[in-house]
This record gives sequence, structure tokens and C-alpha cells, in this order.
Amino acid sequence: MIQFVLLISRQGKVRLTKWYSPYTQKERSKVIRELSGVILNRGPKLCNFVEWRGQKVVYKRYASLYFCMCIDQDDNELEVLEIIHHFVEILDRYFGSVCELDLIFNFHKAYYVLDEILIAGELQESSKKTVARLIAAQDSLVETAKEQASSISNIIAQATNRRKQSNGSCPIVNGRWLTKLHFPRHSLTEL
Amino acid sequence: MALSGMRGLSVFISDIRNCQNKEQERLRVDKELGNIRTRFKNEKGLTPYEKKKYVWKMLYIYMLGYDVDFGHMEAVSLISAPKYPEKQVGYIVTSSLLNENHDFLRLAINTVRNDIIGRNETFQCLALTMVGNIGGREFAESLAPDVQKLLISSSCRPLVRKKAALCLLRLFRKNPDVVNVDGWSDRMAQLLDERDLGVLTSSMSLLVALVSNNHEAYWSCLPKCVKTLERLARNQDIPQEYTYYGIPSPWLQVSVCVCTCVFFLLFVKTMRALQYFPTIEDPNTRRSLFEVLQRILMGTDVVKNVNKNNASHAVLFEALALHALLVVYCGSSNPLSDFVETNHRHKTKNIIKAHLDAQKKRILKERTAFKLMSFSASSPFKLLVMHLDAENEMMSQCVALLGKFIAVREPNIRYLGLENMTRMLMVTDVHDIIKRHQAQIITSLKDPDISIRRRALDLLYGMCDVSNAKDIVEELLQYLSTADFAMREELSLKAAILAEKFAPDLSWYVDVILQLIDKAGDFVSDDIWFRVVQFVTNNEDLQPYAAAKAREYLDKPAIHETMVKVSAYLLGEYSHLLARRPGCSPKEIFSAIHEKLPTVSTTTIPILLSTYAKILMHTQPPDPELQKHVWAIFSKYESCIDVEIQQRAIEYFALSSKGAALMDILAEMPKFPERQSALIKKAEVAEVDTAEQSAIKLRAQQHMSNALVVTDQRSSNGTPQSVGQLSLVKIPSMSGDVGSSCVEHTTADQELSQPNGTLATVDPQPPSADLLGDLLGPLAIEGLPGAAVLSEPNAVSGLEGVPIPADDAAAIVPVGKDTNSVQPIGNINERFHALCLKDSGVLYEDPNIQFVKASPRTALILASNILQIGIKAEWRAQHGRLVLFLGNKNTFPLFSVQALILPPVHLKIELSLVPETIPPRAQVQCPLEVMNLHPSRDVAVLDFSYKFGTNMANVKLRLPAVLNKFLQPITVSAEEFFPQWRSLSGPPLKLQEVVRGVRPLSLIDMASIFTSFQLTVCQGLDPNPNNLIASTTFYSESIRPMLCLIRIETDPTDRTQLRMTVASGDPTLTFELMEFIKEQLVGIPTAPHPPAPAPPAAPGAQPNTPAAPVTQPTNPAALSDPGALLAGLL
Repeated sequence: MIQFVLLISRQGKVRLTKWYSPYTQKERSKVIRELSGVILNRGPKLCNFVEWRGQKVVYKRYASLYFCMCIDQDDNELEVLEIIHHFVEILDRYFGSVCELDLIFNFHKAYYVLDEILIAGELQESSKKTVARLIAAQDSLVETAKEQASSISNIIAQATNRRKQSNGSCPIVNGRWLTKLHFPRHSLTEL
Repeated sequence: MALSGMRGLSVFISDIRNCQNKEQERLRVDKELGNIRTRFKNEKGLTPYEKKKYVWKMLYIYMLGYDVDFGHMEAVSLISAPKYPEKQVGYIVTSSLLNENHDFLRLAINTVRNDIIGRNETFQCLALTMVGNIGGREFAESLAPDVQKLLISSSCRPLVRKKAALCLLRLFRKNPDVVNVDGWSDRMAQLLDERDLGVLTSSMSLLVALVSNNHEAYWSCLPKCVKTLERLARNQDIPQEYTYYGIPSPWLQVSVCVCTCVFFLLFVKTMRALQYFPTIEDPNTRRSLFEVLQRILMGTDVVKNVNKNNASHAVLFEALALHALLVVYCGSSNPLSDFVETNHRHKTKNIIKAHLDAQKKRILKERTAFKLMSFSASSPFKLLVMHLDAENEMMSQCVALLGKFIAVREPNIRYLGLENMTRMLMVTDVHDIIKRHQAQIITSLKDPDISIRRRALDLLYGMCDVSNAKDIVEELLQYLSTADFAMREELSLKAAILAEKFAPDLSWYVDVILQLIDKAGDFVSDDIWFRVVQFVTNNEDLQPYAAAKAREYLDKPAIHETMVKVSAYLLGEYSHLLARRPGCSPKEIFSAIHEKLPTVSTTTIPILLSTYAKILMHTQPPDPELQKHVWAIFSKYESCIDVEIQQRAIEYFALSSKGAALMDILAEMPKFPERQSALIKKAEVAEVDTAEQSAIKLRAQQHMSNALVVTDQRSSNGTPQSVGQLSLVKIPSMSGDVGSSCVEHTTADQELSQPNGTLATVDPQPPSADLLGDLLGPLAIEGLPGAAVLSEPNAVSGLEGVPIPADDAAAIVPVGKDTNSVQPIGNINERFHALCLKDSGVLYEDPNIQFVKASPRTALILASNILQIGIKAEWRAQHGRLVLFLGNKNTFPLFSVQALILPPVHLKIELSLVPETIPPRAQVQCPLEVMNLHPSRDVAVLDFSYKFGTNMANVKLRLPAVLNKFLQPITVSAEEFFPQWRSLSGPPLKLQEVVRGVRPLSLIDMASIFTSFQLTVCQGLDPNPNNLIASTTFYSESIRPMLCLIRIETDPTDRTQLRMTVASGDPTLTFELMEFIKEQLVGIPTAPHPPAPAPPAAPGAQPNTPAAPVTQPTNPAALSDPGALLAGLL
């Protein structure tokens, strides 16, 4: 079972947290502090598993973002590593070349997507298409419910796009479906 | 892509991003929080859209690490919004902000339930997702049936049902009782026919949890699992969208494999004994399972794509484990399947072999060899190994492969290789093969990746034995100086344990530990140096060597305080053995030690003082100059603020002035009694936060014989041989005056035990757990009955009763002694009586000492072994539901667990199946249904037995299913009471009795006792203030709910007597209730009532010998009923 999911940027900023086991507020901040200390300091050529407090954290870096999932000692590490990738691919398909900025300005979308993939710390849906369909359906529900919001959203979408260009942010997933990621060091320094 | 956004939110996020530093960010956040607060306060002007926006802002602020507690309520309240956009935000933000124990969630239960049972599919999804993510126990109790309905409903779409499956999984984890096994197993089987893979994936996760928790009810799902696996493996009818890099849903494949594994493990655990395994009997299922697995095993290839490799190997590995399981268990336990078994076993071997061969070749060819990933982490891996064990060749191939893994470049593979080597070690004896890779493993200890280094350390620890201990320990010591701080403590503990277990000779052991203290003093716990002192004290040969070593270290300029302690202690004891060496005159040693005094803390000074006193004593002839010096120090510390130091200074001063009297008291310390290594204990108990924990435990178990057994050091021909065994006691030499050794022993205890003990008193009490308690306390075995022999200082004399020649024996405890000594902790009676009043608590707890014969000549393994039985009960009218919690507190499983209920005739008790084995440190629950048939005071007895090692333990416990549990308080008014009271006239419906010898109680106390037994005290019914009237309802199966009325008339001048009248509509009930109340008032020897300062009841006042002249009809049932008889005996 996945105990929690954590997205942290290279600067240690939290981009998404989801806790499937009961952690109190204090414990949560402690976990984030400890883990970001451990994971951000790991070099690029090390393995994707970190042992931590009797559990294992499987993590993978995509551009400037670290996707971490904490699992039990006996769980299958490789399987979870691919769940992370599955999640990233779905985000990528949804945002279209997802980059960290998308996840910052549309962090709520990331939560929607995650909820369609994982529930109770277990994989819920392994079809990218189905997830995309469900999210689209949700979006249209919100759209129709709030007609006038759409105009605002356009403005923001444009603003986001402009910001993306001006910041030169790099997509998390590059054109080759993220086989091996290399990323410019100074792309998103101020995130 | 539809990126609908909220302008305010985006602006806020950009503002935050534009902040130059943390301070600016804080200011901006504070401003925003203030804004949100005011907006929330005057909610009237807030549109739903705005509210939603603010709640999102809050979540963002929360992610930045700020406190947003004030807004929890707002997030929760959005859940009940009527429109989808708000509701969605409410659900998602609530499930991100709160955890399952948050009080606010309770407020939402009703709304959530309405959403779940409502018709709106999208609302159902939202609610199920939130409950699945943060639902707690309360949600489980109120929502489980609804969720179950959704899961099996034919009208729901897959998107709802897959969420319902995982939601139910969450609720089941929170409270396993919510899923009713009987009805549910068939539904589960139906679910597995599902065509939608999303629903199937979720249901499979649910099934894994159900099966691992509960048993054979789900057997019918097994063929379905096999079919699913078949479908996936053959890629039949799998929609394109469910393939991941060309592999049909690898996650589903993994979980089907895991599920099937769980089925088989369960089979091994529960059904094997019964020789009954219907599903696997079915040859078709079995055949297709084998075929599918073969397909997976043969069909997995190494490709370039990382993701595809990871996914396919995650599956492949689970399949390998399952295959092995099948071969090992499927046939051997079942005579009917011999044919299939041999057939398949042969095939399987070939397949696995072929597979491994193929892998080997590829490794040679391909640089990265991702195939190796097939050995990815998986707990059932060990089963594969168990199977392979039969074939040595296979074994070496397997290890050889793993050996290759740990040498490849890909770090994930190195990690998995090391991890699995360690797992292999835990299962079988592959030390020799793994040793071939020792060099590579040691290299891994220097890997840049700490995850890999940890694995390497763990593996080295696991593979260490007598032959390579020296190399490995020296390697660890060398590594210690460069190791990360995070690893040092673990490293030093492990090095110390290995050194102790596998030391080729004792001086090497002393060397290692001293080096350890020197290099990593901060990380060496007290236990480690205590242990050295024990060894040195118990081995005379070692003493000069150790003292000389300690002297050497003292010359170093800056040494760790622990080093000061250990060298001071050793030199205090044994410096006289060095007297003739250069630089070792008492004066020189004294000044070497005294040099360190200014640098040490107050915990070390007492040890130094003892050392000075001892050096002074050993100096023969006395050296007046040294004496002057030492005395000056003593007098300096006589006014020390630290009591311990002050006391020692004064006492040593007084003693040393007495001259000869000093000799006896400050003589060398006697030998320490044998004990379990505190280090291993520590390793077992300490919550080391990695997988090493398990390895340590395992080592502790496997190699206990080395660490804990005092071996017979001589082989039969009398030549000493001590390969790899450290022996604490060679030949006991305490045959002298028992009395004096006793004095000496206690003195020794008190001399160093800091908080207690004046030197002069001879107090045979062992010091309580103090800092040095472990070093100096007489025994490591605490409070165990079987150890009584040991706790005598002349424990050695126990040997005489044993058929081992005294000069040949090193054992200090008789071999083969009767070991079935189970002694409960705490008073069973008290616990029983407490539970008569409460509904949950501990019923029983025992420590066990385990004696296992390692070999005819060697002595014992000690392990404290604790079973705890707790109870939780719910009572409703005549029905009761008890749950027995059987907890094994030890690191060993308890076997042959049996629980038998001996119910008295009036109770119908059904105990559900008790598992045969309780795994280490686990608790199992056994529900128990009780039904009350008719009134009686007899008590049910639980006959509980289990096996640890080779010994059976058996206890008989009374179950707190007593009369008062079937009572329910009822308040009656005067109008109801008097007609009833009058209508029940005279015996047998109304009984009156004068009771004498009652515990004197005030009326208030008596009333509170009554209340605790579910009797309602009716105030004001009786005009006389000294009387008490109570009422209650009694429930049983045979008679309708019966009102019972009780009147107590007390005598204010003599509180020890009273007149009691009991009335009810049933003669037996009246009698039983009367006797029951009498028992409570007269006071059973262990009074369960805290408010009563009960003085001992008069001896004649036993409940069955009432003083009142009432004819007592003996209850014939009680005599014929075995349970009742037993209960009486207890």
C-alpha cells in the first residue's frame, strides 16, 4: 500500500501531498522536511529507492520535480516506480508537455488526476485513456456549471502560457516520452 | 485540455512566486490569510465561486507550510454544497487537509452518506474517493453496507464501482468486521468475472486484503484469479488502452499473482493439517495456472525501454515466486496430486533453470541486463529459494546471478541484488556460495548510494560467520571512520555483535571493542562496554591483556569518555597484574587515570573513585604518597554536590582508612552470571528503522546458540577447543564460602550501582534497573520463576544435580530441567474481577522462559516469551459478543495454539476458529458469541494452550461472562414499583435474608457498587434513608426480560450486617441474583471495588457460607457441569 504521495521541487517546495495513512499535521511537516532533506541531496546516478523509518520511498526525478511514493517494506518497488511514471504520463497528456508551472498554477488539477489514479493507496485505474476521459468529464461539468468562469480561465491559460515562454520552463517530459531525462540546470531557478 | 482557472488564485500564486525571500512570502501569505478570514466571517457576501476560490487558496497556503486550521470548517462545509464545482472542491480539499481522526469529519458523515446513496453518479464518485482516502472507523461502521451495495450493483457504471471497491478496502482495513464473510465471498467471486479492467484492478486489491485477513471463505475466488491471469498473460480480450508499453496491465498481473500467492500461503497455514484443499484439487485450475506461469516466465524479454522492462519484470518476479510456491506446496501436502506434482516439478525446474540460463547469457552479452530485475523485491522470494534449495546447482546459479547483479552499473539492480541476497540468507544456508562474492559486497559498502551501503552492511552482517568474521569486522571498523553519521550507530552495534558472536579468540574481541570505542565512542552504547567488562571479569586469562590494552589507550592524548570509563574500570580491577611491566606501577597508572578526571562528566567520576580505591588497596606494601594523594581527592569530593560521588568519596575514605578491612570489600569483582547479550536484546527490541531490523532478529534467532549458549568448552577427549565461541564462564570457581561470596556479590552490586546502596549494608535485593543495572544486576532474566536457581549467588551448585561431570561442564543451569513454567504476570483474579465490571481490558499475561537444548552437552537458550490475552466485549440483552485478543509479544511464533471454551449449562458460547500459529509480535482476534439461556452464577472457562519451542503451556481462565453482564439498568417510579413489589409475595419469587459479615460500606459506596453491576438505584422510594432500593432487567433466552427489584435495609449502628430482599418473576433468577449480590457485598477476597477501602472480610464470610438461616438449595447443574466445577476450582 502506498502510504503517501509527495511532489517536491528541487528547491524543496511542496507541489502536492496526499496522505493515505493518518499522519497528524506535525508529522506531515516532519516527514516532508526529513524526506526532502534525504531525497534532494541524492545524486543523479543513485538508485530510486530510499529506506526511511522502516519503510521504503520510491522516488523519481522528472526535470525539476521529484515524485515520491512511500510504500511498505514488502511491496514491489518496480511496480510503484511504474505507477509514478503512469501518473506523470497522464499529467503530461492532460496538460500537454507538462512542466512544473502547470502543476503550480493548476495544482488542483493535479489533485483531480491523482484521485482518479490512486484511492486508499492502491492503483485504481491503469488506463490513461479512461483517466483522461473522466477528468475531461469533470472539467466540462465545472465549465457548464460556471459559464462565466470560462472567460477568466482563458485569460489565465494565456497568462500561464506567456509565463511559460518567458521563463523558458522546460517540459517535465520531453519529446521522447521521458526515457532518460536531462534538464537544463538553471531552467526554473526561482520556483 | 481544459484549464479553467480562478483569476484570484493565479494572481496570488504569481505574487508568491515573485516574492524575493521567505519574509516577503510570509507577509503576502499573512495578508491573504487575513483576507480569507474576514471573508469567511461575513459569509453573507460570499458567492459559492468565491468560497471555492478561497478554499483552494488555503490548500495552496497549506502546501507552502502554513497553518490553516481556521479554514478546515469551511472546506468541510463545501461538501454539502448543492452544485458540483463546490462539492468537488470541498471533497478534495477536505481529504487533503484533514486526516481520518479529525473531529470535523464526523460532521460530514451524513452528507457523505447521502451522496453515496444518492442517484448522482458524479457525487457518488467524489464521496467514495474521499472516504477511500481518509475514511476512518466511524465511516467504516456507518457506510460499509452502502459501499458494498454500490460495488455489486448492476446499475452502476464501472467508474463508480472501481471507486467503491477501493473505498471498501479502506473501510475494511479500518474495521475488518464491516465485511461479513459469509455473504461476501460469493459476491467477491462474481466481481472477478468483471470485464472492466479498472473495476477488476480495484477488486483484486480488495481481494488481497480480504484473503490475507480471512481465510478459506474466499477459496472460490481462486479459479477466477487463475482465469484472470490467463486472460492477461495471453493478452486475450484486453483493450489496447489497458496495455502499458505493450504489457497487458502489469499492475493487475502483479496483484493477481500476489493474491494467488496469498491464497497459497494461507493454504499452507490453515488447511494443510486438514489435508483438504478443494480448489487446487481441481486439475484444470492447476494445469491452467502452471501454463500461465510458464507463459509469463518464458515470454518475458529484455528490451531497451526502461519502463517496459520495469513493468514486465515486476510481473515476472511475482510469477516466479508464485510458481515456486506452487511447486513446493501444491503437491507435497496432497497425496492425490503426486502425479501432477512430479510432472510439474520436473518441468518447473527446467523452466526456471532455462530462464536463469538465458538470463546469464544475456548478462554476458548485454551491458545493462535489465533482466536481472526479475529478482526485484518481493517477499515471496524466499519461497522460490526454498524450492531451489533442493537443487544445489540451481542455488549456486541463483546466487551467481545475484552476484552479477551487485556488480552491474544500474543502481536499482545493485540494490535489489543485495536485498535479495540478504533474503536468501534468511531462508537457507547459502553462506558458502555468497561468501564468494564477499569482496564485491565489501566494495558495495563504499558505494556512493547510502541505500546500497545499508543493504551491503545488512548483507555483511547476515553472512558473517566464524570463518570470515575477522575480515568482515575489520572491514566494518575501517569503514566506521568514514561512514555517514546516520549509519555509525548501527554499524558499531553490528560490529560489536559480530565480534562477540564469532570471535576466534578473546583478545581479538577485546581489541575490536576497544577500537570501536576509540573510533566511534559517541555511538558505542553502554551495553557494549559492559559486555567487555563481563567477558574480562569472567576470563582470567584475558585480564592482564585487557589491562595492558587499557593502559595503552590511556596514553593517547584525547580519548573518548567511554574509553576512560572502560580503562579505568579494567585498570582498577586488574592493574596489579601489570605491576612488573614498565610504566605500570600503581602510581603511574593512577596518575594516567587521574589526568583524565578533569575532562569527564559526573557519571564517570564515581567509576574513577572506585578505581582509585582499588588501586590503593592493591598497592602492597602501601605507598604513603599515593595514599595521601588519593585521600586528598576523596576529601575534595566529600562535599561534592552529586550525591553518588559524595557518598563514594566518604565511604572509600572511611574504608581505606581501615586498612585490612578494605581488602575483602574491594577485592576483585566476582564472575558475572551468564546472561543473554544485552546487545542482541537491544537489537531485537530497538526500533531500528530499516530492514536490517528483521535481519538482526533473524540472526539473533538463528545463532542464538553462539551468543547465548554457554558451551561446553572441552571436547570429549579433554583438549580445550573454543573455535568461534565465546564462553563467559570456563569452570566455575565459586566453590568457596557461599556466605562470603554472597556478601561480596551484593557489595559489588552496590558499589557501582549508582542510585542505591550504601556500601556497608548487605541487602540481597538486586538493584533496580539503573544505569549499570545491566552490567551489575545479578541476572538478565527478570522475574522468571524457572530462574530461581540462577538468582542464588551459588548458582553453580545447581550443577550437582545434573548428570554432567562437574569439571566438564560449563552450564550453569541444569540441562533438561522441567521447563513448563508459566507464571502469569499480575493477579488473574483481580483481572477477572475488573473485567466483570468493565467491557475491555487484559485478561491474562504471562512471561515464559524458554529452555531449549542446543545439544546434549550445551545448556540453554533463554528467551522471554510473553503471551497476552485481552478482551473486548459488547453486551446486548441476552447476547454478548466478546473478542479475545491473543497477542504474542515475542519475536518467536507461538504454535499449536488452542482455545477451548468450557461453558456452563446456562451459556451458549461459540468461539470462532483460533489460528494455530500466532506470528511474532502479532495479535490475533477471536470473536466469541455468547448467549444467556437462563440465570446462573456459574462462569465459563477458557482453556488456552500453546506451544513455544518444544514446550506446551496451558492456562485456564475464567471468562467475564457473568450474571451482571445480562442485566440492564431500568428506572422505576414509585407507581410502578409498589404494585410489583406487593404482587411478588414471599418465596420463591421474593426472598429475604439477613446477611452478616458484610464489608462496612456507606450507602453511597454501596449504591456505586450497584450501579457498576447495572442495577439502578432508585432514590427516594424508601422513606427510610438507611435503605436502598434498586431495580434492573434481566435478559435470557428462556424467560422474557424480567424486572428484578432489590431492597437493602442497613443498620446504621452496625454496618457489617444488612437485610436484603430480592424479588423477581422467576424463582431461579431471584435466588441467583440474591446470591450474586451477596457475593459482591460480602466481598470476595480480592475486592474489585476501588471506592471501598475494604478491610479483610471475616474468614467465615465466604459467599457460600452465608450466616443467614436460609435453606440453600444446591444447584444441581453446577455440580454436573464441568465448566462450573472448574470455575469453582479456580
